[in-house]
Amino acid sequence: MQRNADFHTRTEEALANAQLKASLRSAMDGLMASRKACFPDADAFERLRLRGAQIRVNALSKLPQLLELLERNCTRNGIRVHWAESVDEANETVLGIMREHQAALLIKGKSMVSEEMDLNRFLESHGIECLESDLGEYILQLAGEPPSHIVAPAIHKTRQDIAKLFKQKFPDIPYSEDVDTLTRNARGILRKKFHAASVGLSGVNFAVAESGTLCLVENEGNGRMCTTVPPVHIAVTGIEKVVEKLEHIPPLLKLLTRSATGQRITTYFNMISSPRKTGEKDGPKEVHLILLDNGRSRIYEDEELVNTLRCIRCGACMNHCPIYTRIGGHAYGTTIPGPIGSVLEPQKAGLKSLGELPVASTLCGACAEVCPVRIPIPRLLNRLRFERIRNDHVGTTRGQGSSRTFNEAIAWKAWSWLHRNPVGYRLAMTLVTRLRNILPLGIGPWTQARKAPRIAAKTLHQRAREEGFNDQ
Amino acid sequence: MINRARDAILERLRNRQPGFDIPSQSLAVETPEWPMQARIAQFKSMLESARAEVYPAEPGNWTQTLRRLVAEKRIDNLLYAKHGPLAEAIESAWVETEKPELICDQRPIEGWKDELFFHIDASITSTRAAIAETGTLILWPTQDEPRTWSLVPPIHFVVVDADKLYNTFAEVVETEAWAQQMPSNALLISGPSKSADIQQTLAYGVHGPTELIVILRSAEPKQ
Repeated sequence: MQRNADFHTRTEEALANAQLKASLRSAMDGLMASRKACFPDADAFERLRLRGAQIRVNALSKLPQLLELLERNCTRNGIRVHWAESVDEANETVLGIMREHQAALLIKGKSMVSEEMDLNRFLESHGIECLESDLGEYILQLAGEPPSHIVAPAIHKTRQDIAKLFKQKFPDIPYSEDVDTLTRNARGILRKKFHAASVGLSGVNFAVAESGTLCLVENEGNGRMCTTVPPVHIAVTGIEKVVEKLEHIPPLLKLLTRSATGQRITTYFNMISSPRKTGEKDGPKEVHLILLDNGRSRIYEDEELVNTLRCIRCGACMNHCPIYTRIGGHAYGTTIPGPIGSVLEPQKAGLKSLGELPVASTLCGACAEVCPVRIPIPRLLNRLRFERIRNDHVGTTRGQGSSRTFNEAIAWKAWSWLHRNPVGYRLAMTLVTRLRNILPLGIGPWTQARKAPRIAAKTLHQRAREEGFNDQ
Repeated sequence: MINRARDAILERLRNRQPGFDIPSQSLAVETPEWPMQARIAQFKSMLESARAEVYPAEPGNWTQTLRRLVAEKRIDNLLYAKHGPLAEAIESAWVETEKPELICDQRPIEGWKDELFFHIDASITSTRAAIAETGTLILWPTQDEPRTWSLVPPIHFVVVDADKLYNTFAEVVETEAWAQQMPSNALLISGPSKSADIQQTLAYGVHGPTELIVILRSAEPKQ
């Protein structure tokens, strides 16, 4: 579990890393430009965005019924459905399936929920090899690093970094910095693994309740490999990923791929509704779906914060965030970084450990402007800022009041009192303008890197009166 | 344990069904509708922008286009479905000793996985339909043309009929009433396999086919 001090340290390290900042800037500029080119008509985009928001809101408003319907239809189709309240339960379920098949190798497609579960470390501690097959995730697994972006996990690495890494891990393969050669080498290595693995694991982008269909979006084909070639496929997903109808998929897919990478569609859109049927020549003989809660149902209880669960994980909020673009995903220290991560992760882990994240935002609003399902991210960040200092014990957010300090509480109480008492207010203003040269104005981290602001000799009210403004 | 988890999660969700400030009634999203020639042009241009190759052909002689392409690409063998919808045309166009060798293995994958993974150069499959807006092929793999055929071989040839070209994905899902009849696996394919995971530079053929070659058969003239 990360602590606040770690966040500060990591942020400072990231800010001091010029190469990281340059890589991020160039990658984010590219992603923002591609996305913009995909939505040339602002009005049409707004209508599509509203449709996307409606679809997600519709699903969340019927979440328990839709989860039961999904379970019923998946089961009817032959998919085995498992429920997990915590990551421990989800990990144990995967382990149980692996053991049932005496499987020693799990090949994985890209799945942020499996990152949330820390599945690789868990299975490896039980002697089972986990292999990432998404090219970016594979590179990071070789480097022993977590992803730094949910869509482009290795965005912080240059091709030279990757070439050196390949040379170090595969000394027999000739050194190359050529992207095509590096990709071809990875294809050769991983193809043998797809061929050998007896269990494949994937995430789920959308789960369709009415037909019991699991949808996966990808470009590389590793997701299809993991869900087609091994005899067993395990899909892991958060309970919020369900949508009601199949007709809801086309608008969401359109929003997702365009917002994420500026593609009108990805190379593959893979819709899985059952294991291999009698007579079919390939496809897994068993498909398992693990529905993970891990704090989501608690988020669901809050009228405002439930909107966190609308997210379709496109990453557009990260790409457009002035903070993310400067510090990158690793600094956040969470599975999901960036603006939506700063809303989601503190609710899951509790504000006591991740309460700094909602504060690490300029509230510029870029995230909310680009969000394809119109999540009011700045409003939710503000709400969590309130949660971390409130002490009235209302609501279900974990770690409420954990950042409340006596001095800050007194300061705001005094501020509030002054603004309700004209005599007190005028007295205070007279005092601070007279004593402005001797008042201590060191205000923590702000003045460590900046000149302290000085209180003006006259208040705004005084100056306005002198200028002859009519205040009636 | 599992039922306990299920019941606990559902109970928490049922206890609090939230309200939202977004109206939940369905908002119509406009979709483009192109006449046939514009639809074909859109389909072709989108696929080509994703580095797929598209070759228009007449319904009667599309195998000539196929033969020319396989010769140009110096393919040793071509996987095809002996009982599939393209078989008759392919078999009648092929001379027995001609390269590439026609291969049809209809065993379950477990019986010939090595050969499929490491010895097949190319495959050819039909499509169920296609989407103009995004340059997308729709495949519902069958017993004759299984899922891996469009994934494992390095080159995938695919035959599309122009009269199966829809405007948008939404139109296909609605017109064909997909919700009532989803197959084990429905696939949308919109180009060769690709990745930009190394320094945002596009590379093709990461795990799936490096080349996607589309033969677009024009519609049969109406009687």
